[in-house]
Amino acid sequence: MIEIKDIHKTFGENQVLKGISASFQPGKNNLIIGGSGSGKTTLLKCIVGLHEPTKGDVIFDGQNFTKMNFEERVPIRTHIGMLFQNSALFDSMTVEENIIFPLNLFTQMSKSEKLDRANFCLKRVNLEGKNKLFPAELSGGMKKRVGIARAISMQPKYLFVDEPNSGLDPKTSILIDDLINELTEEYQITTVIVTHDMNSVMGIGEHILFLHNGEKWWEGSNKEIAHTDNKELNDFVFASKFMRAAKAKL
Amino acid sequence: MFHSLGRYILLLRLSFRKPEKFSVYWAEVMREMVSIGIGSLGIISIISVFIGAATTIQVAFQLSSPLVPLSIAGSIARDSTILEFSPTISALVLAGRVGSSIASEIGTMRVTEQIDALEIMGVNAPGYLISPKIISSMTMFPLLVIVSITLGITGGYIACLVSGDVTPADYLMGVRDGFDGLTVRVALVKAIVFGFIIASICAYQGFYTSGGALEVGQSSTKGVVYSCVMVLFADLVITRIML
Repeated sequence: MIEIKDIHKTFGENQVLKGISASFQPGKNNLIIGGSGSGKTTLLKCIVGLHEPTKGDVIFDGQNFTKMNFEERVPIRTHIGMLFQNSALFDSMTVEENIIFPLNLFTQMSKSEKLDRANFCLKRVNLEGKNKLFPAELSGGMKKRVGIARAISMQPKYLFVDEPNSGLDPKTSILIDDLINELTEEYQITTVIVTHDMNSVMGIGEHILFLHNGEKWWEGSNKEIAHTDNKELNDFVFASKFMRAAKAKL
Repeated sequence: MFHSLGRYILLLRLSFRKPEKFSVYWAEVMREMVSIGIGSLGIISIISVFIGAATTIQVAFQLSSPLVPLSIAGSIARDSTILEFSPTISALVLAGRVGSSIASEIGTMRVTEQIDALEIMGVNAPGYLISPKIISSMTMFPLLVIVSITLGITGGYIACLVSGDVTPADYLMGVRDGFDGLTVRVALVKAIVFGFIIASICAYQGFYTSGGALEVGQSSTKGVVYSCVMVLFADLVITRIML
């Protein structure tokens, strides 16, 4: 479980996060949603330690991550997998090398064990046989899937996903959502997803945190979202005619 | 300026933290050595031959007095090549070739979140990305300078053969005459220091890139300009101290 307590983040004069608290349960898809500039990605970066919160605590299974130094964080980091918005695959490495990279650094696995693990991860994301391709040779959807394969290579307890559907067609978006959902349930991972894709929200949003102007504005599930009277949330989720029509049918 | 200097020193300290796994870092050092050393051999060879040849012809032209033996041209060309042209000109060329490549590679990794990906995994990103480049530069620059010196003096010999301003025998006599091993030591010290300056400054510029493609280009340019200025400053300091 991940708990965040009273997270504040300020850049110069700009206060981006204003005291956000929440807890994210294992085996669930925890979605952070909100409009552009609401602080979603900043909150995600504070949780994973890419930004240091100005105030507040991030607690991974009882261990206060914010109070730890670089070395103390490493054991927790080896349990973290992250899928970046643009996949962030290492350009100079093949697909296989990308997946094996964390195994090389943090495990004592033999070469064949690492290859087996890479093949397993690639099979899990339906990319068998693509081992020797370079990121430049992959489509956007394939890059995301390799990013997921790399994220799960170390069998993470925590999976963070930043805008998994950006730049993908609707069909591929659903594939990626389903894959994240399956992995979360299968390995009981605590998954935190930053998104503003409404299909994801309605499809896999078991626990949703809605941010507005750097504050936690609403918290609930995709089942509750259709019936909320929160104005800002309604304006955000049901901004399109399609979503308004879908809500009317509910 | 003090803020940047402090950040540069802190980055260097992070770069030389204990590696997560030595074998992975060693493989990276080897890869960088090939890229920096073998990759720069062509350009260094070409400029060294031409600079050696041009220096010899110019020295021969200036020594027009019948009282000065023409073999002096060989001695002057040798010392100029060893002390200045090979280490300094090579460093300036390498700042353009190696330095810009380091800054743009690391800068691109920064703006495409590859460095964030390393940090999320628990990898010490400055250590993994920067220290192999610094170690490789400090190792390969002296070797490149030795190649450059050899080819520079060979270039002077070729110039003698082609132009006839100095006879090859006079040139060779001058090259051998009064040779002081200290000049080679100075050249190697310069090469090691220049290697450190170019790799570390360009890596620093790349590591703190923010934005997109435009900023990566700007970081690369800044890296080359600052490292060239620092190379020339270090050249003066080392020359003053060692000679």
